[in-house]
Amino acid sequence: MSGRAAHAGTGRELWLAIAAFLVALAMPARAQQDVPEAGPLAVSRPPDAENGRRIVTDRRKGLCLLCHSGPFPEVRFQGDLAPSLAGAGSRWTPAQLRARLIDSRLFNGETIMPPYFRAEGQSRMAVAFKGRTILTAEEIEDVTAFLATLRE
Amino acid sequence: MTGRAGRAFALAILLLGHALADDIPANQRLSGHDMMGAEAQAMQRDDFANPAMLAVKEGEALWKAAPGEGRPSCQSCHGDAAESMKGVAARYPARDASTGRAFDLPGQIQACQTGRQAVAPSARESAALLALEAYLSLQSRGMPLASPRARGLEDAVLRGEKLYRQRFGQLDLSCAQCHSQNWGRSLGGTRIPQAHPTGYPLFRMEWQAIGSLQRRFRNCMTGIRAEPFPAGAPEWVDLEIYLKERAADMAMDAPGVRP
Ligand code: HEC
Ligand code: HEC
Repeated sequence: MSGRAAHAGTGRELWLAIAAFLVALAMPARAQQDVPEAGPLAVSRPPDAENGRRIVTDRRKGLCLLCHSGPFPEVRFQGDLAPSLAGAGSRWTPAQLRARLIDSRLFNGETIMPPYFRAEGQSRMAVAFKGRTILTAEEIEDVTAFLATLRE
Repeated sequence: MTGRAGRAFALAILLLGHALADDIPANQRLSGHDMMGAEAQAMQRDDFANPAMLAVKEGEALWKAAPGEGRPSCQSCHGDAAESMKGVAARYPARDASTGRAFDLPGQIQACQTGRQAVAPSARESAALLALEAYLSLQSRGMPLASPRARGLEDAVLRGEKLYRQRFGQLDLSCAQCHSQNWGRSLGGTRIPQAHPTGYPLFRMEWQAIGSLQRRFRNCMTGIRAEPFPAGAPEWVDLEIYLKERAADMAMDAPGVRP
């Protein structure tokens, strides 16, 4: 698999995420579900799907609709670089959605989807973002919870 | 795991091969002008409507003016720009024969200011430097970009291509992923251009000003949350050289206009 999976992180959460990944990868794959999975991250509060929706539709926070489109009639300009998010929750399990958010390179080493929970390994990180992940563990859980509601 | 790893490996090889071969065929290349709306195109083409032409006028005045008591003007060394500077911008960046260093056009102007005119060089992105650059670029309008590779800049072309294909920043994206693999698509409503540097410096409505190619590079780098190289850095020059190789033979249309 992509060597990018193994970047050492300093944050405890990052280690947890990576550990979850390795566990997921080592588990025997079930038929039709031969894709990376990640268990819930350690968070300080329960997931909030509504906040997840806010993050997904926020151009500066989630950035998702720069590339994706989806069932968000209030967002005027959506992207067409990636599949629609509509129905994502019926195509993927929460563990698969979470894994994709954490680092999509585990699915596809060439993907353009940014790694939302990886703070290290990128080249020339802007000073303002150094050592920081795009989303926090809480936000990853919020977005995962929200995506899981997109059933059609 | 082994079956999966094997498949992932095969896929990686396939994608890598694809990525390396994956750029725009010469007959499908489009300039930024070609890809924008009719209104902005018309504004670029009409010299009376193109706001960058103000900078060109300013550049012409600077070309002719002595920078100080007893200091030579650009024109006193080079003569009429319409003659002596015809086609020059189309073959920049160029290598300085004595130092071996590649200069982009603003870098060359700065070198003339310090070396020949003995004045302090105009700063990158200053109105004066952009004006001179715009004036000189206009003298190459309609002329084909000369291939840097054919001019002995092969090493810089290779370094520039490496930068073009390298992922940068928190978003971990490369120039190629947007401009070679996803051009024409909508990035949150903005159509991704092919990144051919035929029209710089250009006037950008969003900036409300004329700006350089390096300013554009910086915008793309900060967009992916990467730390831009410093103004005038050799990395920027290498990138420009690679983009000009990629755009070789396309017609110069500076000074451009962008929304
Ligand atoms: C710069 C582009 C980009 C951004 C930003 C982006 N993605 Fe993606 N995403 C992709 C691409 C391309 C794919 C297709 C698979 C691949 O290449 O990995 C994808 C795939 C997905 C999938 C699987 C889709 C399916 O059903 O097959 C989900 C779910 C997803 N992204 C969610 C998100 C969320 C949520 C965000 C924001 C927090 C986001 N993406 C931001 C480019 C992006
Ligand atoms: C996430 C996508 C993305 C990445 C990565 C990216 N760019 Fe861009 N680039 C754009 C978009 C979108 C525009 C058009 C901006 C606009 O018109 O508002 C653009 C514009 C440009 C232009 C101007 C083209 C014209 O005709 O005016 C150049 C040159 C350019 N980019 C070079 C680069 C270089 C070099 C890199 C890497 C250091 C890079 N870009 C990385 C999206 C990207």
